Amino acid sequence: MSTPRSPMAPPRSFLWSRRIFLTLLTGFVLVPVYVMLSSSLKPLADVTGTFRWLPTELTIRPYIDIWSTVPLGRYFVNSLIVAGAATVCSVVIAVFAAYAVSRYSFRGKRVFTVTVLSTQMFPGILFLLPLFLIYVNIGNATGIALFGSRGGLILTYLTFSLPFSIWMLIGYFDSVPRDLDEAALVDGCGPLGALFRVVVPAAVPGIVAVAVYAFMTAWGEVLFASVMTNDTTRTLAVGLQGYSTLNDVYWNQIMAASLVVSVPVVAGFLLLQRYLVAGLTAGAVK
Amino acid sequence: MTAAAPAAEATVRKSSPGAARGPRRRTGRLRRVGLPYLLLLPALLLELLVHLVPMVIGIVMSFKELTQFYIRDWSTAPWAGLDNYSVSVDFDAPVGQALLHSFLVTVAFTVLSVGLCWLIGTAAAVFMQDTFRGRGLLRALFLVPYALPVYAAVITWVFMFQHDNGLVNHVLHDQLGLTDKPSFWLIGDNSFVALLTVSVWKGWPFAFLIVMAGLQNIPRELYEAAALDGAGMVQQLRRITLPSLRPVNQVLVLVLFLWTFNDFNTPYVLFGKSAPEAADLISVHIYQASFVTWNFGTGSAMSVLLLLFLLVVTGVYLALTSRGRRTAQ
Repeated sequence: MSTPRSPMAPPRSFLWSRRIFLTLLTGFVLVPVYVMLSSSLKPLADVTGTFRWLPTELTIRPYIDIWSTVPLGRYFVNSLIVAGAATVCSVVIAVFAAYAVSRYSFRGKRVFTVTVLSTQMFPGILFLLPLFLIYVNIGNATGIALFGSRGGLILTYLTFSLPFSIWMLIGYFDSVPRDLDEAALVDGCGPLGALFRVVVPAAVPGIVAVAVYAFMTAWGEVLFASVMTNDTTRTLAVGLQGYSTLNDVYWNQIMAASLVVSVPVVAGFLLLQRYLVAGLTAGAVK
Repeated sequence: MTAAAPAAEATVRKSSPGAARGPRRRTGRLRRVGLPYLLLLPALLLELLVHLVPMVIGIVMSFKELTQFYIRDWSTAPWAGLDNYSVSVDFDAPVGQALLHSFLVTVAFTVLSVGLCWLIGTAAAVFMQDTFRGRGLLRALFLVPYALPVYAAVITWVFMFQHDNGLVNHVLHDQLGLTDKPSFWLIGDNSFVALLTVSVWKGWPFAFLIVMAGLQNIPRELYEAAALDGAGMVQQLRRITLPSLRPVNQVLVLVLFLWTFNDFNTPYVLFGKSAPEAADLISVHIYQASFVTWNFGTGSAMSVLLLLFLLVVTGVYLALTSRGRRTAQ
């Protein structure tokens, strides 16, 4: 909206405090980003001695070395598979659940929503060990290897993002006029046809927002990844720590690797942040 | 893994054409009654498998003497009654004392972190309510700490907090001369400040995001009317902005509280497996108590106590703000 908020321009004191506050905040936000970027282009000598704001020379060596110091490529692929699969499954399941809660009245609806939401407050540490035992037992009983496999991690992560996703999509679906899907039902679509042809397309921003959230949750999780993975299934969250356990801490490589693993999520997030704000505005925050 | 999702989908698919062919009224009714449950089934199964059943097992484990000898087959571990709990809350003995200390550190940390995150996030969102040049760019920049994977962001802070080659000591000691000698940030008392800094840096953009979304629901006309009536910026903030944000803030503060209190990732990456005493957050403390000593019974009891505490706080909070229904929606 380009119309000015008031007939009068904001007072100068406001403009100045805004300028100062936002400048300081930008500095606070950007310093670590700058450290990450600049250090990743430094030779090792620059990061072992006293900190330097500017590299003595620029080198892309760290970006080449990161792939051989630890099997970063494998971790990367693992993270992509785990986070991607968890996101897709989580979104599909959340869409179904949110549609049921938003469009139908049924017994146990309130119990369901309250229970699902309250799992958000469970400390991860409480069910880490039990979950580990369940996965091991399922593995022993059925031969389906959940522990140590990507599958177990996918299952875990997709459940982590479910409560928030369902909650947000309920709010979002509620804001899609019911007349629309009723019209679709009259036209002969089944309830699922109405969901996929009418409600889902109208709720795309909310769904994108939920997908972004689910992907970030899975991409960044450390606790379960450190217990539930082995050498072949290790994700970036754990794998990145491999650089610092060596005798020499290759800070330039750590920074390069951090940057490389951040780029997909940060780029995706920034591209889709409009949807996220729109989704939050229409869904969760209403 | 994904078995639950396609299976449920398949069931749903199967049922729709069948229903169209079969006797209309009966299947129609069945569908109307059964469909919502069918749609909920995958979510329900997953919640049961990953959240609810483990929680019940966790509670059962807290009543067992579950040491390393029984971990292979935990169901054979002898019952311990309330022993694990009495050890955890015996504040005169080392275990209880350490837990209490960790709890208090976590409370202080959470209050400060949530307060600062909310304050910075709200201030930034309010300052950026009106359009100005570069607002879109700034908004994107501000979301970067939130978008960065936790470990990548926190590792960068670890580097910045290094004693010899970190940026923080370089600036404070070498460039500004504020300290007599370079400080240690990741051990000793300073570690609390370090942890708080990282947590706020990482957490405030979420508050910013939510408040920004909340602000978009405030009708512009309110401000125009207020300005015509002669209300200044401060009055508009107090009379319109903050009251309109109330419901948003109530949920936001609760979510921030729960996330911060339960945060494991930040301290774990910042300090490694053994956190310094001054920054000994409860999640890492329980992790330590369980996995280092292999005493999972006591660890479980501590987790249950933590959950009870969070339940009570959340309950009281929701009762006080009397917005329980809104949150649960």
